[in-house]
Amino acid sequence: METLFFSIVAAIAILMSILVIRCKNPINSALSLIMTFFCLATLYVMLEAPFMAAIQVIVYAGAIMVLIVFVIMLLNIRTESGRRTQHALFLGAATGLFLLFQTWYFLSRSSLTGAKGAIDSAAIAKVGHTELIGQSLFTEFLLPFEITSILLLAAIVGAVVLAKKKV
Amino acid sequence: METIAIPAINMSVIAPEMILSVVAMALLLINVFVKNEQKGYLGYLSIAGILVTLYSLTIGWGAPQDGFSGSVVQDNFAIFFKGIFLVSAAMSILITDQYLQREGCNQGEVYPLMLFATVGMMLMASGTDLMTIFLGLEVLSVSLYVLAGFNRGSIRSNEAGLKYFLLGAFSTGFLLYGMALTYGATGTTKVVKIAAAAQSGMVSSNLMLVAGMLLMATGFAFKVAAAPFHMWTPDVYEGAPTPITAFMSVGPKAAGFAAFLRVLLVALPVFKAEWSSLLWVLAVLTMTVGNITALYQQNIKRMLAYSSIAHAGYILVGFTAGNAVGTSGILFYMLSYAFMNIGAFAVIILVGKKGEENNNLADYAGFGYKHPALGVAMCVFLFSLAGIPPAAGFVGKFYLFSGAIQAGYIWLAIIGVLNSAASVYYYLRVMIYMYFKEPTEDFNWVRLSPAFIICLIIAIAGVMIPGVVPGTILELAQKAILM
Amino acid sequence: MAGADVIPDPMEITLVIAKIGLVLLVILTLAAYLVFAERRILAWIQDRKGPNRVGPFGLLQPLADLIKLLTKEDFCPPAGDRWLFFLAPAMAAIPAIMTFAIVPFGAPVRIFGRDLPMQVADLHVGLLLFMALSSIAVYGVALGGWASNSKYALLGSLRGLAQLISYELSMGLSLVPTVMLARSFRLSDIVAAQEGGWFILYQPMAFAIFLVSILAECKRIPFDLPEAEGELVAGFHTEYSGMRFGLFFVGEYINILVLGGLAATFFLGGWQGPLLPGLLWFWGKVLAFAFLFIWIRGTLPRLRYDQLMHLGWKVLTPMALVNILATAWWLYLAGSSPL
Repeated sequence: METLFFSIVAAIAILMSILVIRCKNPINSALSLIMTFFCLATLYVMLEAPFMAAIQVIVYAGAIMVLIVFVIMLLNIRTESGRRTQHALFLGAATGLFLLFQTWYFLSRSSLTGAKGAIDSAAIAKVGHTELIGQSLFTEFLLPFEITSILLLAAIVGAVVLAKKKV
Repeated sequence: METIAIPAINMSVIAPEMILSVVAMALLLINVFVKNEQKGYLGYLSIAGILVTLYSLTIGWGAPQDGFSGSVVQDNFAIFFKGIFLVSAAMSILITDQYLQREGCNQGEVYPLMLFATVGMMLMASGTDLMTIFLGLEVLSVSLYVLAGFNRGSIRSNEAGLKYFLLGAFSTGFLLYGMALTYGATGTTKVVKIAAAAQSGMVSSNLMLVAGMLLMATGFAFKVAAAPFHMWTPDVYEGAPTPITAFMSVGPKAAGFAAFLRVLLVALPVFKAEWSSLLWVLAVLTMTVGNITALYQQNIKRMLAYSSIAHAGYILVGFTAGNAVGTSGILFYMLSYAFMNIGAFAVIILVGKKGEENNNLADYAGFGYKHPALGVAMCVFLFSLAGIPPAAGFVGKFYLFSGAIQAGYIWLAIIGVLNSAASVYYYLRVMIYMYFKEPTEDFNWVRLSPAFIICLIIAIAGVMIPGVVPGTILELAQKAILM
Repeated sequence: MAGADVIPDPMEITLVIAKIGLVLLVILTLAAYLVFAERRILAWIQDRKGPNRVGPFGLLQPLADLIKLLTKEDFCPPAGDRWLFFLAPAMAAIPAIMTFAIVPFGAPVRIFGRDLPMQVADLHVGLLLFMALSSIAVYGVALGGWASNSKYALLGSLRGLAQLISYELSMGLSLVPTVMLARSFRLSDIVAAQEGGWFILYQPMAFAIFLVSILAECKRIPFDLPEAEGELVAGFHTEYSGMRFGLFFVGEYINILVLGGLAATFFLGGWQGPLLPGLLWFWGKVLAFAFLFIWIRGTLPRLRYDQLMHLGWKVLTPMALVNILATAWWLYLAGSSPL
């Protein structure tokens, strides 16, 4: 049952991500990307990470993609101008297939069981997923968490510097 | 309600980063109240901040400590690299104001952004968690994307910013994928624990870890502009505002090598045989591609871009060796490279005037006679870049190559020396233009501000003193290696 | 969840489906009558009669409207994007309806020997799901205007987009103190935490910010710029007719009910209240909010666009941030159990 559900969601995710690059109309591409994000959120829920799922939807589908759609609408791009050449398509497909093969080769020869951390289903059921994320953000990953604020500040300053109308 | 046990944080480990970030944020605020013509003062303030940071670094020398549950460490290796970043940032800031005033884009935000970039580099050098390294890299990259496109009026600068952003984001993807696979194989992101996990045969025989290492190497190779991942370099270096080019040809490269060294030497020494042979190929390719392409350049900024690729190749030689001599050679070379490269770019800025960068070799005709002091300075930097004694570049290369020979990579050293010889051609060509061609311009627009004089004096001192008496710096570098 | 496939108890499934059906029935009917109520109340405010012809007191008016909408021609502008044009109304209405799944609308009851919470899904991350769904609701507005290929619709949807994402921020930030007080994202926990005192008493500022933000999220006067009829005909749904227009229209009223219900849950103690049963308390609060919305519509003029943006970014968002800091400080000083 779960495997079936996973397969369906994964298939939709793959289909949608193909549509992202195949759609002629940028809005349709953006919508397909949103659908891909939804599928990812669903996978997070299946992995007992509801917080990640919610954040995935809020941040990616709800904020970033909205801005992308906003820009597409503002620029009023209707359909893609300029045709894709056949050899570009061929090269892209060939590279993609090669990478796919490579990934398959590596993954089929490596053990996916790996090392497991302390957080498992039991811990999530006991403490709660959100609480666990909060705990590790404020203990083990405190420094990366704080660096992120510097990163965002630099990005905001940069965006303003590059985009502001009058210097 | 249970309480969370906060682990030992040890703020003193990140004190230098905190000082610099606070200075940068304060500058952002001060910037609002400073008139456009006086933005240069922000530069002096940021240099003051850098000096304080430098002082706080020296306190930690010789007393390694870690903090934030092993996310970050302050050892001699990190401190040495941080010194390089701070010196290169300070020197680039010294030459920034005059250039930006000339080009009419003297927004004060350039200084905070440069400081943020420096904070990112410092975090990369001291990060012992893949997450810290990655976030440091992102702080650095995001600031640099903006800085590269800082001259909004110039199409070239816009192109540089966009190109750097697209390719940088692309390469970050590789790095992150590699980190994810490494995490998947070992179950941790801390370099020390990765090394411990990789001790067990089950983990190290896992192909996933190898794939992770390769992808991370690709990501870092992008950042240090090693061939065949160097394509972005010439365009970005040419288009970016020249002081920024000076800044990003040194600091980020050093930061990339710092993180690269730490990941490979500390986390994955198990694969030393594998990554050495990988780096061998990378080093040869990078040196050769950089030098040969540089031979054909007519634009001096592009030429220096290719030369910086070649220098990444020389450093990779020392990296391939992976022994004490090679590693200390990397540290020594990175430091002297900071002085010689930023010095050369400072002279390049002076040759240009508003709207005309004067970057073609022909524009340098007779420059040496019109401005003898600057001509001599440029010659010193170029000699050092070419690796001709007694400049520091020679000593650095000497140690890099002797490290390779010690580790048994005789051929690598020979290829390096041959490359180095070939590079003399294009460095000397600039001098030929400066001294053996009739001047077509009188270069009356060249104006040396005090900041430039200070920068050039520091650069010449930084090139000549370690070149003549390399002892002290070399000793520091030897104390700073990771082994 | 993980591991072996768990076949849920059929009784459980039946009850959940029954709850979903009940909720759908109630909110759709209520939304239809809200339209009617709005027309009557506005008429009352403006000193006229309003619809009073169909049925006693005009009570069958919603039915007549429904029949009218269903029998109208379903028209798509020829230059528009057909597929998106048809999709957009659903994208506007569905998130609003889905949000109601997490709202606890009554005290738990004992039925067939088991405790039945009056809530479709008591999610661990309920509040976040609400934020996620409200951020998704933007697409209906955006795509409806885009797919119409008309300048009024496009302008309306651009305005709508900008407005919704601006006010979502202050809305989300105003809810942070609630979570800090309740120490949970779960809506039933938030209701339970208000047993001693409604959060509006502790967090009047957050409540005010939330109220203004949900007004903007509903695109109601004084924030109805996306459909400002004086400038944009009907804004993003100018080109829509028939039941597709009806979906946009009803979606807006469902949104009022849902957001009113959430406001009641977050700040007014949800279904809690003395004497009367929980169900009555909850729906009473929701209807009070709906009345407030209609009242505001009858009273206030529309904001100018720059005023709208100014209010959202420079007033509400900083206020919400300060409020979070103040709450954190207060919680820190008060120790572990402030309430």
